Amino acid sequence: MRSPPAIDALREKVRKLETAERRTIDVLPFGVGAIDAKLPTHGLSLGALHEIAGGGNGAVDGAAAALFTAGIAARTRGPVLWCLVRPDLFAPALEQAGLGPDRVTYVEAGDEKSVLACFEDGLRHNGMGAVIAEVARLSMTASRRLQLAAESSGAMGLCIRRWRRQSEASDFGQPTAAVTRWRVSALPSAPLPVPGVGRARWFVELIRCRAGESAEFELEACDAQGRLAVPPHLAYGQAQAGDGSYRATA
Amino acid sequence: MPATKAQALVPGLVIKEADPAGDADALERLAVWALQRYAPIVAADPPDGIVIDATGAAHLKGGESAMLAGMIDRLVGSGIVARAAIADSWGAAHALARYSNQPLMIVPPGTSADRIMPLPMVALRLGPETLDGLRRLGFETIADLASKPRAPLTLRFGPELGRLLDRAMGALDEPIDPVAPPDLITVRQGFAEPIGAPETLARYTNKLVIALCAKLEEQGLGAKRLDLLFHRVDNRIEAIRVGTALPVRDVKRLTRLLCDKIEKIDPGFGVEIMTLSAPVVEPLGAKQSISSLIDAPEADITALIDTLSNRVGEHRLYRFAPLQSDVPERSVGKVAPTAPQTGEGWPDHWPRPSRLFPHPERIETVALLPDNPPVSFTWRGIRRRVKRADGPERVFGEWWKRDAELIAVRDYFQVEDEAGERFWVFRQGDGVDATTGSHDWFIHGIFG
Repeated sequence: MRSPPAIDALREKVRKLETAERRTIDVLPFGVGAIDAKLPTHGLSLGALHEIAGGGNGAVDGAAAALFTAGIAARTRGPVLWCLVRPDLFAPALEQAGLGPDRVTYVEAGDEKSVLACFEDGLRHNGMGAVIAEVARLSMTASRRLQLAAESSGAMGLCIRRWRRQSEASDFGQPTAAVTRWRVSALPSAPLPVPGVGRARWFVELIRCRAGESAEFELEACDAQGRLAVPPHLAYGQAQAGDGSYRATA
Repeated sequence: MPATKAQALVPGLVIKEADPAGDADALERLAVWALQRYAPIVAADPPDGIVIDATGAAHLKGGESAMLAGMIDRLVGSGIVARAAIADSWGAAHALARYSNQPLMIVPPGTSADRIMPLPMVALRLGPETLDGLRRLGFETIADLASKPRAPLTLRFGPELGRLLDRAMGALDEPIDPVAPPDLITVRQGFAEPIGAPETLARYTNKLVIALCAKLEEQGLGAKRLDLLFHRVDNRIEAIRVGTALPVRDVKRLTRLLCDKIEKIDPGFGVEIMTLSAPVVEPLGAKQSISSLIDAPEADITALIDTLSNRVGEHRLYRFAPLQSDVPERSVGKVAPTAPQTGEGWPDHWPRPSRLFPHPERIETVALLPDNPPVSFTWRGIRRRVKRADGPERVFGEWWKRDAELIAVRDYFQVEDEAGERFWVFRQGDGVDATTGSHDWFIHGIFG
């Protein structure tokens, strides 16, 4: 779907207003056409705050959200800082998503408040690839500070929203200054011809996106380089819908 | 007792001349060692002790108990049997360290006065004549002494007795005159009028850091520890200690680290002297600046590490590193964030869950023995049917660590329920032989 030229011009104007000090916006593309097309910058902008939460039980355990985030962080350049409250992250899994143990420094902050303080310190530091924090509450003021900190250094801020209880997850509806907001839920894995569990699949929702529309995707989980993929049956379907031509299937 | 009598009582007794001067010197050296390692305000407490003001210094060592335990371990390692106590006042800590029944004791704030009550009077650092006189009157413990009216005691034994009692109870302040090693790099700023506003303290902190860095530069050194002492008008000393992972001589960075902590300082009626010293220094040479001819190297995050470790504590900042173990919870070790990068990773044969529970949780399962994954399981009151599963991945116990693990076995399965959530479950035992494990099922992690 193409937007009218007037809207495009307006968007360009707004973008210039927003990023007066910065010359260019650096972008980290997902490398998956379906997602990048939905993002106005054709990828996740560096120097911005992004929120990721898990859907369903993932709101409490944050397992899929952590892997999704690790996949993004793995594709950035530079060291990574991960601020935790609950130390239950299993590093071998992050390595399988492309984020090796040498790149990540973990900070076990005692409470929510010091997590946010460490998160901001990390974002203000020049040269970080990505700064990740697991927080439950994120107020508008706090997120605004984090967004400004990220803009000042150009590091990508990834905020994993993880709550103590399922009932608290409704907090995700509250507005924040984050540029994009994602929700990742587990889907049944890719079917195999033999008994076993195939490549994990996720239902990824782009709930909010500044200057863009929300969208949802069915994706295959991160590979060893942190790249996502579109499941084969959908990839074929999209190609067909995209160019409108029929193809013979063998 | 004469030496000959002692030799008769203990065969093979080694006799040495007493050397009080040498002992005092050694104690002083020990105090300097403690100063460099533990806290900014340390003094020798002759004849046999060291007093440390641990306020605001334990955070770099992982809390008070960890600091104390580590200290005792190190002293034992160098052949010194030591006892330690943390209490509200010097007097109370002195008494508890020497006369309590535990070799290592941390008294919660506000309860020191109660804890020293049952101790003998000698714990009060009284002179021998006073002690003798009190014993003759029938006093045994500090409680006996504290319960009596003060005036008659003062009349008989002088004011020192009351003063020592008050100091032990924490009613009277007792300043510690900190030890300073002779070659300590230090700068000092006195004020004509006492200062107290945080902004003023921060401004003078910056000036002191500039002066200290100039001194460090002359000698080609960088600071790894900085102590900022605030001498208050009421003769108390407030202290800030910050540590860095690598030697630093950067004015901006050091000022920032110190100023982050100024809010914790209580200036009281005012601060009249500030001293800044670097008890731990290391050589730091000049480095060539980066040229654009070569690629930008990996960003330097030691400044960030210093800021964060002074905020949350050194032990809370780490990198994970692989350990040689197949047991999942033992395969991950923590190393310092500044440790050299090894490039090593974990074996990549099997998928691993992104969240690993600190303790595996018991689940109720329906499963066929010995090799099949569960058909369904109940975890936290929710029953899940297993749609797909992978496994078993057998992990053997590490018999070289514990005898009980000689034949222990865990069989790990990756299971996926109908909603697509993936879990890591294991069965204790190999499913045939009950001696290898109880055949109970546990959930150990969640896959993304």
